[in-house]
Amino acid sequence: MSEVPLLVVDHLAKRYRERPAVRGVGFTLWPGEVLALVGESGSGKTTLLNMIAGRVAPNAGSVRFRVESGDIVDLVALSEAERRMLVRREIGFVHQNPRDGLRLSVSAGANIGEPLMAAGARHYGSIRHTAALWLERVEMDPRRLDDLPTSFSGGMQQRLQIARALVTEPRLVLMDEPTGGLDVSVQAKLLDLLRRLVGDLGISVVLVTHDLGVARLLAHRLLVMQQGEVVESGVTDQVLDDPQHPYTQLLVSSVLAA
Amino acid sequence: MYVAVKGGEAAIDAGHALLAERRRGDAAVPELSLAQIREQLSLAVDRVMAEGALYDPDLAALAVKQARGDLIEAIFLLRAYRTTLPRLAESEPIDTGRMRVERRISATFKDLPGGQILGPTFDYTHRLLDFALAAERPEPPAARAQAPAAPAEPMPRVAAILGGEGLIEQENAAAAAAPGDLTRAPLAYPASRDLRLQALARGDEGFLLAMGYSTQRGYGHSHPFAAEIRQGRVTVEIVPPELGFAVEIGEIAITECQMVNQFKGSDAAPPQFTSGYGLSFGGAERKAMAMALVDRALRAAELAEEPQAPAQDQEFVLSHADSVEASGFVQHLKLPHYVDFQSELDLLRRLRREWSARREAAE
Amino acid sequence: MTVATAGYNFAYLDEQTKRMIRRAILKAVAVPGYQVPFAGREMPLPYGWGTGGIQVTASIIGSEDRLKVIDQGADDTTNAVSIRRFFAKTAGVATTTRTSEATIIQTRHRIPETPLAAGQIMVFQVPIPEPLRWLEPRETETRRMHAQADYGSMYVKLYEDIARMGRIAAAYDYPVMVAGRYLMRPSPIPRFDNPKLDRSPALLLFGAGREKRIYALPPHTPVKSLDFEDHPFAIERWTERCQRCGSGESFLDEIVVDDRGTRRFVCSDTDHCDARLANGSAP
Repeated sequence: MSEVPLLVVDHLAKRYRERPAVRGVGFTLWPGEVLALVGESGSGKTTLLNMIAGRVAPNAGSVRFRVESGDIVDLVALSEAERRMLVRREIGFVHQNPRDGLRLSVSAGANIGEPLMAAGARHYGSIRHTAALWLERVEMDPRRLDDLPTSFSGGMQQRLQIARALVTEPRLVLMDEPTGGLDVSVQAKLLDLLRRLVGDLGISVVLVTHDLGVARLLAHRLLVMQQGEVVESGVTDQVLDDPQHPYTQLLVSSVLAA
Repeated sequence: MYVAVKGGEAAIDAGHALLAERRRGDAAVPELSLAQIREQLSLAVDRVMAEGALYDPDLAALAVKQARGDLIEAIFLLRAYRTTLPRLAESEPIDTGRMRVERRISATFKDLPGGQILGPTFDYTHRLLDFALAAERPEPPAARAQAPAAPAEPMPRVAAILGGEGLIEQENAAAAAAPGDLTRAPLAYPASRDLRLQALARGDEGFLLAMGYSTQRGYGHSHPFAAEIRQGRVTVEIVPPELGFAVEIGEIAITECQMVNQFKGSDAAPPQFTSGYGLSFGGAERKAMAMALVDRALRAAELAEEPQAPAQDQEFVLSHADSVEASGFVQHLKLPHYVDFQSELDLLRRLRREWSARREAAE
Repeated sequence: MTVATAGYNFAYLDEQTKRMIRRAILKAVAVPGYQVPFAGREMPLPYGWGTGGIQVTASIIGSEDRLKVIDQGADDTTNAVSIRRFFAKTAGVATTTRTSEATIIQTRHRIPETPLAAGQIMVFQVPIPEPLRWLEPRETETRRMHAQADYGSMYVKLYEDIARMGRIAAAYDYPVMVAGRYLMRPSPIPRFDNPKLDRSPALLLFGAGREKRIYALPPHTPVKSLDFEDHPFAIERWTERCQRCGSGESFLDEIVVDDRGTRRFVCSDTDHCDARLANGSAP
């Protein structure tokens, strides 16, 4: 791991009317690291992710990201236009519902090819070839390149979304419950895939999940959130095997009981 | 030997002549006068003025006659004429509180200062064709209904009555910047309320009626009440710079509708009724009401409501509300498109050849 | 009828309006391919019938100009006649059917076969100025896409055409990239005419009256029709030649002659066809 962090979040906060959704959260993310934000619904983890992605405007704090050129940029301080451009080019996003991250009316190949074309790729054959390679990489049949996403199962749509998010090999990918809503067996296979891809590509990931099993499988470190605050953080196995905070203990024990 | 198609000029001239004939109709039938249209088809004239965005009953009557009764065509005529008119001044805002009221109703109060005045309305007529109207008889000059005098007792606007108790959001007239002019600067989204209201005022009644109706059926429901509908005449005033005080330049007939809608509150203010506003020239009451419903729907974003319904979608409503634009573009499909069609034919034939070739190759 | 007796200002629009439109034109020329909003006026011709082109022409035309108006390439189609009459009535300018003799050419759906020269101005009538409109109906979104050169979705559409049909399925109004920066619609000209846009020595102005946008291609601007390296842009071709003048290079109109489906092909550009005949060409 290099010396310079990829992402530094500092005192990030969000309030809706009187209710604080996220209270002054901070963390550092290093290249090649997977960080999980875990907690129940309402803990603020999704709001935190959306602030990093530039989808929700924070009330306070900074999100300093090391861009391709090596400069450090505070995404919060940018204009909306600059932020959108930067995020589109350098940060991937995997939605919980694959339909939110795909164009449903165009083929799988077009979906995977779009980020390449947006970045300037202009050779149809090469784009198609790369898209087919990525279908294989996410363990789908490359002969389905021209099929519409609506003809795929939920699990396959999610694989397609992942391929689309990773095809330009962004250094940071944000994932919002990437396996939520899928069958248990489908989830397991998908998690395996994610683990391999993330490892192979060396990308950094911030991952939101309510499922501790997902965190354990994918994340190097995790932050446990409750009511907008980080109550515990650390190396995944350590936190899950030996939780210190009562809330973390509750989370861990409820998983065991189930 | 193929001869190139010619004669466009001659065809147009012949077309114009035929149109003039059709417009006149059977020469044995007396020709319509502008006065007849203005007096006896006044609601048609009102609609043409409202959507033509020009108050001149005689010109509107002429447009209706020239357009053979096609009101959208008449509206187009009036708009095109409006383009040529120089701007002499901007009027002061009309004061509908000082209206010489001919009709005034409120659905929110049983009775109120100034009373409920029914006025000339279709509302309680039975829609039975009146065959007595089919016969034209010279009518004895009947006692004309009195022109409405200035109200004997004060007739405050319902908005002011509710406002007195702080129950309704205040129109922040003092703080507002000078209103924009929809016809002088291109509309950009998101548009401010003043420009939206201008667009709605000149918008097609049918379209706005459907949009307003959709809000009542659940597409962006706002629980509306008709707080007040007023029809009557208001004076128009300007302040010439040389004089520095207001002078009256005339009087216009208008219809105003104030809708009161579900209440909202926030951290800063207690819950209040929100409102929608409609205004039209003449007696176009249905238009004013529809406009008020759509105005309220379009305020969704400013009232922290998630815009989900078509009537709440600014771009959708305002882009398609103008009948002159809509009519032009829909009807432009009649223009020759054969060059583009030729292009399509070429492409289609090519695709079909390639498809057949692929099939043969596969076999 | 002279302009004075018609009771209208020269070329119908008042001078303030013309100034406003010329300012929009200057902005458009300064940023090739970028759609400049302008406060379009209602004209005596309906929206969809060329009000944008008419407003642009009305703002630039002077008494010394010589105006040609074509629709589908022909001077004599009813709408071209109507517009030419409009300017004859409100501006009293000289009109012509010869492309080479015109200073201003207002056109719907074609670029003449005769190459344009420096000093000439071509005014295009545009129904829908926004190239991304079919992919994204919202104006707020397409404005952002242009500002950020976010044109991925346009290429997705072309990719999908090739995947579905083996070729890009745009026949007319074929999207172009202007000076490598702005995506533009050239108006519903057949793709046959797109190459004439590239580095034209003339000034090309585009007016959309109903949508209230003006855009421009100043002389010698590079204009590239979108394609893929391995699926290059290609124009229409005919096996037939023009039945009047014999041209094998011009855009041909297909005319059905009898009820057995017999077809004749004739140049769409009537001036070009007439000129070739006058020069002794034969079918």
